[in-house]
Amino acid sequence: MSLLDVTGITLTFRGLAALMNVSFTIEEGEILSLIGPNGAGKTSMLNCISGRYHPDEGDIAIDGKSILSMKAHRRTEMGLSRTFQNIALFKGMSVLDNLMVGRHSQMKYGLLASMLYWGKARRHEDMHRRRVEDVIDFLGLSPYRHQVAGRLPYGVQKRVELGRALAAEPRLILLDEPMAGMNLEETEDMARYILDINEEWGVTVLLVEHDMGVVMDISDKVVVLDFGSVLATGAPEEVQQDKDVIAAYLGGEDETFLGR
Amino acid sequence: MEHLLEHIIIGLALGSVYSLVALGFVIIYKATKVVNFAQGELVMVGAYICFAFTVQAGLPFVASFLLTLIFSVILALAIERLALRPLIGEPIISVIMVTIGMSAVLKTLVQLFWGTTKKNFPEVLPDVTVKIGGLPLEIEYIAAFILALLLFVIFSLFFKYSRKGVAMRATAFDQLAAASMGIGIKNIFAMSWCIAAIVSCFGGVIVGVIQDINTDLGHVGLLVFPAVILGGLDSLLGAALGGLFIGVLQKVCEGAAHEYLGLGGFGNVASFLFLVVILMIKPYGLFGTEEIERV
Ligand SMILES: Nc1ncnc2c1ncn2[C@@H]1O[C@H](COP(=O)(O)OP(=O)(O)OP(=O)(O)O)[C@@H](O)[C@H]1O
Ligand SMILES: [Mg+2]
Repeated sequence: MSLLDVTGITLTFRGLAALMNVSFTIEEGEILSLIGPNGAGKTSMLNCISGRYHPDEGDIAIDGKSILSMKAHRRTEMGLSRTFQNIALFKGMSVLDNLMVGRHSQMKYGLLASMLYWGKARRHEDMHRRRVEDVIDFLGLSPYRHQVAGRLPYGVQKRVELGRALAAEPRLILLDEPMAGMNLEETEDMARYILDINEEWGVTVLLVEHDMGVVMDISDKVVVLDFGSVLATGAPEEVQQDKDVIAAYLGGEDETFLGR
Repeated sequence: MEHLLEHIIIGLALGSVYSLVALGFVIIYKATKVVNFAQGELVMVGAYICFAFTVQAGLPFVASFLLTLIFSVILALAIERLALRPLIGEPIISVIMVTIGMSAVLKTLVQLFWGTTKKNFPEVLPDVTVKIGGLPLEIEYIAAFILALLLFVIFSLFFKYSRKGVAMRATAFDQLAAASMGIGIKNIFAMSWCIAAIVSCFGGVIVGVIQDINTDLGHVGLLVFPAVILGGLDSLLGAALGGLFIGVLQKVCEGAAHEYLGLGGFGNVASFLFLVVILMIKPYGLFGTEEIERV
């Protein structure tokens, strides 16, 4: 059984189709990249999975169990977490607090216990802090720990957002253009982090990214969207050779799309 | 001025009630971005309900206070659930208009049940006076101040450290991102109304204990407005300090007008003048700017 099954998803906005009959699957442990030109429907697809948008048709299932009727916050408890194309940090809060919010779905203790801080609640609190520290160490965020997230440099904010998603200990992480706007060095670091998240933390990754070098390097599987439909699915090499894909991109302005 | 110290101290006690009201404002604003114009009426309802339990039903004060708290929370939850939740996603100004309507409804209901004459709580605290700076001061004022301070500290800690408090702050910054972190936005909204109802209820009961209550009590909602705006709408500390400031301003101006000009009741005028000045200086501080973001 696949970790995520997307079957025949159609999503329209006032009659205009953003997604048309999109299907793909992600196996546990994979890195799957969803690519396509601007407006192809990549972010819309992530929004359908995370619960922000409600598709008109089709189904989305985790471990074979449909999640479409679940609210966004319940899906997080199912092991989904995500980052956003436009950074959506809690800007006025510290990096540490942002990451603690990331752990929200893992925290079982309610109001009183967390206020009074005793016994089991206390031990859990310590455990949460340790997990957050692991994320901070992993992403090299310790110098920024107590700084206000909204005032950090762009590249660091992107990392904090990744950290916040990671703090939720997801099984499947949805990353919407994590390298956008980054320089070469930051891009390489981010690619490294994604590989480590996948290999060391055992998290399955659904990556939306325009940087084809990175996509072709790190993906196990690539799904190409164009005008809301799946144009091709396959291993990176296969997709690069696909004549529909080449045609779609050579025709467009995005000639460098396939990288090499 | 002869009684300056006295005016200041009484102003601080009154101001602590304002701080609680301002706190209610800020908590709702922080989590839901709604400016709740019915905040003062929640205070008024709290005061009258407590009056009904103590005086009309003859219950002991502590029992009626607890019942009042429960009643206030239920009322706030009902308001949130029935009037505001259906409006999630509508323009924020519509929601604010609903809170204005709500304030009129609550005031009318209170007048319907209790009329418009002043009501008195029985003596709740022993008739003790304490000397501060050589001034005899009734213990009510000190209790009011300490209670407000305590509530402020509790809620500050709550927002800073508790899971729910942190979730509420996060929701204030970005609802969509908060939802994707597993935070149930509707719960957060309901909870912010609960907390606002609790602080308002304390405020109403404190007013009842230190002075008479009447249906103009809802005006405290407007009186604390400058305090809240000064504090930047989303700062607990700003609200608390702003509330105290308004209380002192009101009492000192009232005293000064009485002493030098022979005018009575200048206190409310002073606070509303202050409101006008603040709005002139910071006219857009009110609703901020709305950000629309594509995710
Ligand atoms: N909330 C919305 N309301 C109306 N139309 C929308 C909405 N969200 C997306 N769309 C439309 O759906 C289509 C797909 O948009 P989407 O953001 O998913 O593209 P994308 O592949 O993520 O593009 P980009 O690479 O620019 O991020 C676009 O035509 C867009 O205008
Ligand atoms: Mg996008």
